[in-house]
Amino acid sequence: MGLLSDPNRRRALINLLTRLNAPICVLCYFAGVCWFMGLAFEPFTLRTYMSENAMGSTMVEERFPSGERALATGREFAAHKKKVGGMPVDWLVKTMQARGLEVFTQSFSRTLPFPDEDKERYIVKGTNVYGILRAPRAARTEALVLSAPCSPGDNNNQAVGLLLGLAHYFRGQIFWAKDIIFLVNEHDLIGMQAWLESYHHTNTTGMDWSPLQGRGGSIQAALSLELSSDVITSLDIVLEGLNGQLPNLDLANLFYAFCQKIGVLCTIQGRLQRNDWDSVSGYSHAVQTMMLMVMKQASGRPWGDHGLFLRYHIEAASIKGINSFRQYKTDITTVGRLLEGMFRKLNNLLERLHQSYFFYLMPSLSHFVSIGYYMPAFGLLAVILLLRALDLWVQFVSPPAVTADGVGDVEQSSPGALSVLTPLVISHLTGAALYILPTRFQEIAVEHFPVSETEAVVLTAIAVYTAGLALPHNTHRLLSGEGTEQGWRVLKLVAVLYLAILLGCTALINFSLGFILALTLVPVAAFVTPHVPKTLSAVVLVILSPACTLLLSVFFFQELQEMPVSFQDGWLMYLSVISQGILDHHLYGSLVYPLIALMVYPCWLLFWNILFWK
Amino acid sequence: MAAHRCSRCSWLLLVFIFSFYVSAKSEEATQANDEHASVVDNPQTAAETGKQPSEERLWEATQVNEAVPIDAAAHKQDFPVPGSVLTPTPQLKDDFKEELVIRPLQSGDIYASFQFRTVWETDFTTGSKVSHYRLFPKSLGQVISKFSVRELHISFTQGYWRTMQWGQPYLPSPPGAELWVWFQDTVTDVDATWKELTNVLSGIFCASLNFIDSTNTVQPSASFKPLGIANGTDHRFLRYATLPREIVCTENLTPWKKLLPCGSKAGLAVLLKSEKLFHSSFHSQAVHIRPVCQDWQCKSTSLELRQTLNVVFDLHTSGQGKQEWSLFKMFSRTLTEACPLASSSKIYIDVTDNPQEEQFELSPATPLLSQAVVLGDRRTFSVYDLTQQVTFGTVRSLNVLIRWKSTQGDMLRPLLHAERYVAGYGLQTGEIHTLMYNNHPFRSFPVLLLDSVPWYLRLYVHTLTVTSKGKDNKPSYIHYQPSKDRIRPHLLEMLVQLPPHSVTEVTVQFERALLKWTEYTPDPNHGFYVGSSVINALVPSTVAMHTNITQEQPLFSNFFPCKEESSYFMRVYTEPLLVNLPTPDFSMPYNVICLTCTVVAVGYGSLYNLLTRSFQIEEPNPGLAKRIANVIRKMRGVPPL
Repeated sequence: MGLLSDPNRRRALINLLTRLNAPICVLCYFAGVCWFMGLAFEPFTLRTYMSENAMGSTMVEERFPSGERALATGREFAAHKKKVGGMPVDWLVKTMQARGLEVFTQSFSRTLPFPDEDKERYIVKGTNVYGILRAPRAARTEALVLSAPCSPGDNNNQAVGLLLGLAHYFRGQIFWAKDIIFLVNEHDLIGMQAWLESYHHTNTTGMDWSPLQGRGGSIQAALSLELSSDVITSLDIVLEGLNGQLPNLDLANLFYAFCQKIGVLCTIQGRLQRNDWDSVSGYSHAVQTMMLMVMKQASGRPWGDHGLFLRYHIEAASIKGINSFRQYKTDITTVGRLLEGMFRKLNNLLERLHQSYFFYLMPSLSHFVSIGYYMPAFGLLAVILLLRALDLWVQFVSPPAVTADGVGDVEQSSPGALSVLTPLVISHLTGAALYILPTRFQEIAVEHFPVSETEAVVLTAIAVYTAGLALPHNTHRLLSGEGTEQGWRVLKLVAVLYLAILLGCTALINFSLGFILALTLVPVAAFVTPHVPKTLSAVVLVILSPACTLLLSVFFFQELQEMPVSFQDGWLMYLSVISQGILDHHLYGSLVYPLIALMVYPCWLLFWNILFWK
Repeated sequence: MAAHRCSRCSWLLLVFIFSFYVSAKSEEATQANDEHASVVDNPQTAAETGKQPSEERLWEATQVNEAVPIDAAAHKQDFPVPGSVLTPTPQLKDDFKEELVIRPLQSGDIYASFQFRTVWETDFTTGSKVSHYRLFPKSLGQVISKFSVRELHISFTQGYWRTMQWGQPYLPSPPGAELWVWFQDTVTDVDATWKELTNVLSGIFCASLNFIDSTNTVQPSASFKPLGIANGTDHRFLRYATLPREIVCTENLTPWKKLLPCGSKAGLAVLLKSEKLFHSSFHSQAVHIRPVCQDWQCKSTSLELRQTLNVVFDLHTSGQGKQEWSLFKMFSRTLTEACPLASSSKIYIDVTDNPQEEQFELSPATPLLSQAVVLGDRRTFSVYDLTQQVTFGTVRSLNVLIRWKSTQGDMLRPLLHAERYVAGYGLQTGEIHTLMYNNHPFRSFPVLLLDSVPWYLRLYVHTLTVTSKGKDNKPSYIHYQPSKDRIRPHLLEMLVQLPPHSVTEVTVQFERALLKWTEYTPDPNHGFYVGSSVINALVPSTVAMHTNITQEQPLFSNFFPCKEESSYFMRVYTEPLLVNLPTPDFSMPYNVICLTCTVVAVGYGSLYNLLTRSFQIEEPNPGLAKRIANVIRKMRGVPPL
């Protein structure tokens, strides 16, 4: 502080920062990217370890014996499902009752804002069935959840079979200290959302559900099970939840510990772990795994049924059985033993899982990057915005020596305030239109154009987005004649600070989203002025706009999953991603779509406005 | 003694009583020998006992009254007890009875309820020092006299009574520990006495009752009226507290067993082995002390001590899948004798749903039957009288066996049950929902709801709503005492009418308080407990509900429902709640954050300085001569240099 309070040294520092502003910015940008890429390098990451004492030191024995019987139950379930043509509610109720559970059902219905073409549903009606294993001599204060989605088709029958098998086995044990809820939810996420909302008696998304008759107190942890084959080769754990929330790292540690103990291959993002971190391919493997996590987290959608639990402060993960063509096979009994072990350890919990990290990235299951390590990468990008803002501010307060006296300054700055406010308001109105119009005007669009509802929504969104580019960049001329030099500086200062705050807040909640947006928006914010070559800059600006970022992300994601697509398919996928994003917002309360529409896009429009200032 | 045993061959039953009496007498060494004759010569007793096995099914003469603790004037229905003759002074005679009721539940589980009742014709209120104790435990007697306790009810429960599967318990109790006490109106400082009493009881029962303080004690204005005879019901002398977190285990059972006259050496108490009792779905033990009338005129009072223990054994966790229960399987013991000090020692098996043995089979069969109205329902019990040697048969041990034949048949839904949960998410606010179900098809009845909520949930009473069938249900009586931070909890009492066949929902919103950092428990992330709500109700009896009488009853007996059967008192406890409060992360990162915040706060000051001040280069200090010159110029009124 002494450095800054001495006017001479202060001036020297500011001079340095303004003179070397551009090189420092470039340096920061590359340092940020390099830091981020270095996160996946194994020597820089930490090994995972169990922080929770109650789950770490105590050993449990896994004795689940009846995998074959569980499979038979699964086949029976499949037969009944086929016969009923949906969820076999009566059969499930009877079966769970026979296993000594308290069984309850819950019906729900939801009309989607527009048809979901990926899953082919519009008006959804369904029933959840759940059975509660009451812990002996516990007072219904705590519960654990094991859920299996009942999806149409032949999927996931084995998971339901295993769930019922585990219920039967668990019922005979005396050591449970928490109630265990076995839930079979219909229509995957929608059913789960209905059940959770009903359990907590909230209604955030306007769904109709019948109230629950039985509860087990506050839920401590949940696992969602997806199995579609009798034999699996590996188990995959999915962590990314709604709005990029992650469960406590101890849950992933628990899964990893039991996979190691029982000897099951385990993956994250569907990728096995490799030991050759020092080779180039080993490193790129880790980077790809981490990038997949970043992309999934940034999308803000729940990547499994567990994703909706996180809102309620319930640690949850999905476990998926994968049957690829590897040699190594694991039967259902082993999976059952794994789940039994995990549940017994969760049963031992004295407190909620809170010891380990909630903010992390995982380049592999055995290594993680904590918030302290990845935040500097974002910080280096964000500091660019602050440096640019400082530069602009310095240019304000100490105008170049050639300019006129103070009177001229006052004249220049007063229209400046208005010329800042107008583009701000207009760009935000455009953003609001982008948020509201697509779902509101689908009927009109369907009437007038030969498109389906879903296409209408997506195309309206794209149309509003594109129209926004044409709209606001002429407004200040109507108000104040020719745009002044001072005017765009004020606007840019405001825009840069706005973006810095916006990205900072986003990165705190969802690092991946904040980082990806920073990666594309920060260069735009840094270089754009009315004096750069118009056409080239406009092209760059459009390419780095949020919509194009999304398009690029789609291709990048497919590339990472080793399923590259042609441009045609990629475009279709892009359209469906937009519709899914809007649906996620309406169905589960995902915040990415409103964030982009109401905040990021208007902010980007401000920079677009600056480019066309004159 | 040897001579008596010889005579047992011919006068088996008669001499059983005799030998029992002798063993009882062995404690009373002062008694003369010739008093034996008075019992042996009692011709009526001998004739009665001799006759019993000859009949096929005999109705027991007495009303079974064990499950109605709330009838304020519980009359003593004592037989001329052999032991009573021996008491040295007639004023201080005491009497001990033990009972075990077994109710096979529809779910396949089994419910066993022990009751041990000691009645002592003494009066602590008169102020006379009582120092001679026989059957009544001295430790409790001293407590009662020292703290001027009129009534004391304490229960320890592990688990939650599942009303929807098991029906009503004989004696309800909330999870954890519950204590409520009526003090004599001579007590001046009730709070101090209460504090002291909880600490003493904490020592007696090895429980954490010393955690009862003003923050979890309430004085209910309408609930928890005295169960014994009482003149005044001024609730200033009532204290009620629960500890929902209390874990009950063997260390609480052992002192409880020590209060019994026979300990766990003889009688029904030999069954109370902790390794089996705690291998169950539900376990509850309680001590109730209250004054009762001595005789019909009720001129003087006796002190009644009831020790009860309820346990439910789980069918599924019992290992083998065979649906079979026996005393040995439940308690890993069989019975060989009654407690020699007990005037009555009986086992009752509820066979109401099983008149023709179509549901379960009972062996050994007993000819003795008994009927009682329990919780508004007329129940039939098979009775095993342990004071009679014939009960134990030739193997000299009694192992009652219940073998299920079919699990079909549905339980009558309990007319009243309740549940409670916390709604909402996040750590700022929430909502407590209490649901009360009236399953009676056509009658409404009032319930008295008592809610005691700790201060750290700040209730918003203006958000209190009571709705039944979608309509607002206005309580006819509300007593609300707001909380004071760190001093006392919220107390909410309401009298609500439950419409027939309906669910009544009581909701109230709350805000979660941020505690001081020393107030957090060692495991703050576990959550904080809110005790059970208590629902007291006068429930219409199911006896009155039977309109088509299929039972063989005289027609004239059932046109008007008789008064004592038309409704009965019931107390229902909801589950306790576990609520998460906003909790700081008490770990190293937390300290780091605190430090960082301090550094930032310090840094903020200097940054604020930088932003708000304008800095100028300071002129170098004027020399001494110049300063002096300036002072002189100032005095002269000339502008300084």
